[in-house]
Amino acid sequence: MTEMFRDKVDVALTVNGEPVEARVPAGQHMIDFLRLDLGLTGAHASCEHGVCGACTIRVDGVSVRGCLMLAAQADGAEVWTVEGLTDTAAITDLQDAFVARNALQCGFCTPGMLVAAEELLSAGGTPSRAEIREHLSGNYCRCTGYEAIVDAVESVAKARAGKGDA
Amino acid sequence: MKASAAGYARAENLRHAIEMLVASEGEGRVLAGGQSLVAAMNMRLSAGDLLVDISRLNELSGVSQEGDTVRIGALTRHAQVGADPIVRARVPLLAAAVAHIAHAAIRNRGTIGGALAHADPAAEFPACALALGAEIHVEGPEGDRSIPAEDFFEDVFTTALEEDEILTALSVPAAETGEVQLIEEVARRSGDYALAGLCLVRRAKGHRVALFSVGPKPILATGAMTALDAGDVDGAVAALTSEIDPPSDTQASAAYRRHLAGVLLRRAVARLEGDRT
Repeated sequence: MTEMFRDKVDVALTVNGEPVEARVPAGQHMIDFLRLDLGLTGAHASCEHGVCGACTIRVDGVSVRGCLMLAAQADGAEVWTVEGLTDTAAITDLQDAFVARNALQCGFCTPGMLVAAEELLSAGGTPSRAEIREHLSGNYCRCTGYEAIVDAVESVAKARAGKGDA
Repeated sequence: MKASAAGYARAENLRHAIEMLVASEGEGRVLAGGQSLVAAMNMRLSAGDLLVDISRLNELSGVSQEGDTVRIGALTRHAQVGADPIVRARVPLLAAAVAHIAHAAIRNRGTIGGALAHADPAAEFPACALALGAEIHVEGPEGDRSIPAEDFFEDVFTTALEEDEILTALSVPAAETGEVQLIEEVARRSGDYALAGLCLVRRAKGHRVALFSVGPKPILATGAMTALDAGDVDGAVAALTSEIDPPSDTQASAAYRRHLAGVLLRRAVARLEGDRT
């Protein structure tokens, strides 16, 4: 029986565009794998039960909770974290807007917030403030009161829409 | 906290998954989207499981319509259920429910089969299945069987699934012309578990009302259904509040939940009537 199940699992995936091969413990979640094994400490391990959103990363094109996905499940996946999205300049305008609007104070929630906001923005269109709030409702920020975060995301949505028209 | 798993195996196909469940002798645990299971593992509410990962079984994913029945594969993710054109047109209750389920990142990964098999009494999809009169399809070592939603949900996190069975799909009757399907819920914040929730379906042959987060399992409010069929809304609210026995917890008292159930029924009926005009 036990030979069917492994306590260590081999995975091959790409992280921020780089191929990664690893042997991971069966119960390890993605965030611990990214942080402890790959040194990618941008996404945070916080509540570890899917409530706070600080661990939000992009897996196969969509935002996911890094704490609710096992590293063992990531075989073949394409994973992006805030580090990779920063390096490729995919979210530079969003990051600049967060700074300009004071959309972060301690910064703990910011990597997850950026990944979640980018998912909404990349869907196209110009989301309303209510739609922005709804899309970010799973990402807790204990500093800003959210208003500045919504401001930042809204300003980028409008700027990107304007660029598209030009 | 950190999860503790005794082992992990990736299923190659459904047969393989069932063989592994049988071989695990009761220690096996089916892993699909993981949005409840991994959280429970991290909190050590579930520890030492032998995980059977079925999330790669593409044959269990997707929506199809055959005649008057819509079949939704167990691994169809919440976001896919919400966006699917067949679901939106023919099972609008499920599409509407998706907006109430957790948050975008969780809807991207959680699966409808997982939500049904997990049977959280506060979850939307189990109550939807009940209101729609869905059939739940499962497969085990002896083959497949179908279980009516009314017999599937037994208690808190407890269903008619046997230890070595896997939920493979649900099928629901496609909405007939003029059918209306509505969901109403009250939660403290967007994405939170409902304090109380209600699904209302109106078909030519009568109303169906199912509630969630007001008891140990989703509840079909047959008394309220009979009263609605007779056009008696006050009677339906009275019946509804007497046929549920909601719990008190840190989120809401039993009395408040009972009150909310009546409010939600009135809201849903008001929307029905708005729809008719």
